[in-house]
Amino acid sequence: MSRRFVFEGARVVDPAAGLDEVRDVAVAGGVIAGAEETDWAQASERIDARGLVLSPGLVDLHAHLREPGYEHKETIATGTRAAAVGGYTAVAAMANTDPVTDNAAIVHLVRGLAAEGSCDVFPVGAVTKGLEGATLAAMGEMVEAGVRIFSDDGNPVADARTLRNILVYAKAFGVEVIVADHAEDASLVEGGHIHEGPVSDALGLAGRPGEAEEIAVARDIAVARATGGRLHLCHLSTARAVDIVRWAKADGVRVSAEVTPHHLALTDHDVATYDTNRKVYPPLRTADDREALRAGVADGTIDVIATDHAPHAVEEKEAEFDLSPPGTIGLETALAVALTELVVPGSVPLGRVIEAMSTTPARLLGATDHGGPLEPGRPANLMVFDPEAAWTVEAPFASKARNSAFLGCTLRGRVVYTMLRGELTVAEGKPTR
Amino acid sequence: MKRHLLSMHDVTADEVTRILDTAESFREVGTRVIKKVPALRGRTVVNLFLENSTRTRISFELAAKRLSADVINFGAGGSSVAKGESLKDTALTLQAMGADAIVIRHSSSGSPLQLTRWVDGHVVNAGDGTHEHPTQALLDLSTMRQRLGRLEGLRVAIVGDVRHSRVARSLSHGLVTMGADVTLVGPPTLIPADAPSWGVAVSYDLDGVIPKLDVCYMLRVQRERQRLEFFPSIREYTRLFGLTRERAAALADDAVVMHPGPMNRGVEIDSDVADLPRSVIEEQVTNGIAIRMALLYLLLGGAGEPGDAA
Repeated sequence: MSRRFVFEGARVVDPAAGLDEVRDVAVAGGVIAGAEETDWAQASERIDARGLVLSPGLVDLHAHLREPGYEHKETIATGTRAAAVGGYTAVAAMANTDPVTDNAAIVHLVRGLAAEGSCDVFPVGAVTKGLEGATLAAMGEMVEAGVRIFSDDGNPVADARTLRNILVYAKAFGVEVIVADHAEDASLVEGGHIHEGPVSDALGLAGRPGEAEEIAVARDIAVARATGGRLHLCHLSTARAVDIVRWAKADGVRVSAEVTPHHLALTDHDVATYDTNRKVYPPLRTADDREALRAGVADGTIDVIATDHAPHAVEEKEAEFDLSPPGTIGLETALAVALTELVVPGSVPLGRVIEAMSTTPARLLGATDHGGPLEPGRPANLMVFDPEAAWTVEAPFASKARNSAFLGCTLRGRVVYTMLRGELTVAEGKPTR
Repeated sequence: MKRHLLSMHDVTADEVTRILDTAESFREVGTRVIKKVPALRGRTVVNLFLENSTRTRISFELAAKRLSADVINFGAGGSSVAKGESLKDTALTLQAMGADAIVIRHSSSGSPLQLTRWVDGHVVNAGDGTHEHPTQALLDLSTMRQRLGRLEGLRVAIVGDVRHSRVARSLSHGLVTMGADVTLVGPPTLIPADAPSWGVAVSYDLDGVIPKLDVCYMLRVQRERQRLEFFPSIREYTRLFGLTRERAAALADDAVVMHPGPMNRGVEIDSDVADLPRSVIEEQVTNGIAIRMALLYLLLGGAGEPGDAA
């Protein structure tokens, strides 16, 4: 018999239930309990949640957990622990492992490794075998193994014909299968490291121009529209890419899009000290782009806030800027960055942020146990955070890595409890596993 | 002076003047039979040249030796770097050996700034990727001032592949700091889009610019760029942006021609033009040693008057 909890007096924000009100939430037997069970006498553990926000556990649509193959950067154990600390109860694990997740055997391997983890892991399947952009990966057997999202992330699907074929082929399975693309035109970003503009000119770094993303987004949307396929665009970063997606949605194209916390918070000027932790692909853009991304989240053009959690070893990031690998970790800071950049200034309501970080990604992933609604009988996958707590980002992290773009930054909002199927994975802000 | 010289943005106009004045007094040392002063005796200067550059390394080496510093040359080939040692570990090793200054040449933009995070000693950027090459800019400013008597108001064209040129970046910033009037000239594909924000003008018409110049500064054409489709051919580049004899003839009488070397004779500069009296390319080399002496002296020696040291 698992433990019983009552979170007392929390502000419950549960977009799937259309709920934002102060009340008690009881958990018993791993599921949300009915109102009659909130009676404190029946609960073995009462948690004073006054002043705290309780919501469905966050769901990350885009994380690199690195295992198998790159365990020196991160493991599924450390990556899921980092996720739990950030309030996540489920993450999608990108396919660029070694071996690549391009067949059902690796899907099962990742799931097996995740069984003891601190959150649920949903393997993303590769679009092409070995992420090489040539032959299609074994999609059918991966769908059968439960995979719902396919992506060659890290590499764009460079060839429009391959994208076309995969979007058409994905219709075969009777379930919604989403193809997620890292949208950057390869020829325009080759050799580039940061956003092309005044900062790249001044730093003497080759650029990755904004139009590289806009071209790829427009192409992908054209192909999705023609095929009727279901497209998801990873980590949008430019204002015009948001415009293109907005237009496509109005036009009925089956497309969704995500943005990372770092693109919502930082600009290319934040890389002016050659800080390799802020070297990310797509690169940090201009203040105007950042504004458009925030507006895109607010109006729903951008469906999801996803971390693109990309851990690297210290020695890999402590290298020359052009030689260091791109990526920042993000699972432990995502909620606080979103709160600090979107909710505190008042540009996006809290409910919309929870929707973009939990409800919607859970639906896209097919993670039916996650993302709410937190109704009686539903799995108790939830998190509780203090929206007022101010904290400074510093190592060590629960992640094995420490390449955070936010090191030294002060953020608002900190996760206090994370609960996976009625068990606390985080208590008093600390991981329990 | 700041602790390090990483970019020409690090030095003010007054500091540039001070460095140039100090170099004037050191230039005389190079004309002596015994070309040496004791200013930096007992100090250790490491030339960390992780990208090949014989000319710049020799210039820094001579500068440090003429100041009586101990000089260590550390290159990539055959060193621990070739065995996979990181820049950080190399830096920490040099630090542990007591390097007072590290002169770094590296193919990666920003590596000198990164180095300052790992070592206590002074760091001098001897060229980082396509970022900056401030001592080249200083020696060019020194040469211009020597030859033309001033920097303020000088009309200077920097011609060629500005986009990939650390020399062009540093020299533009230095000239703008000193009040010169700079025009960048080259194929539009090789001029950074944001260059006007540096305080310079941009032109794609060398012939239109030439007659108004005090200094025509030619950049080296990096032939590998042609493969990247920045311009159609060397022949077309030379036709549009090379300093041919005809173009050189259109220069004002007292205008000078400069080039950071090594030259591609017949490509960006006609061989005969390179050898004209108005071409000051060898003076640039000579001034390079004096400028680097002045810089090392001001960074490491600090206090006394340059006259005392010389």
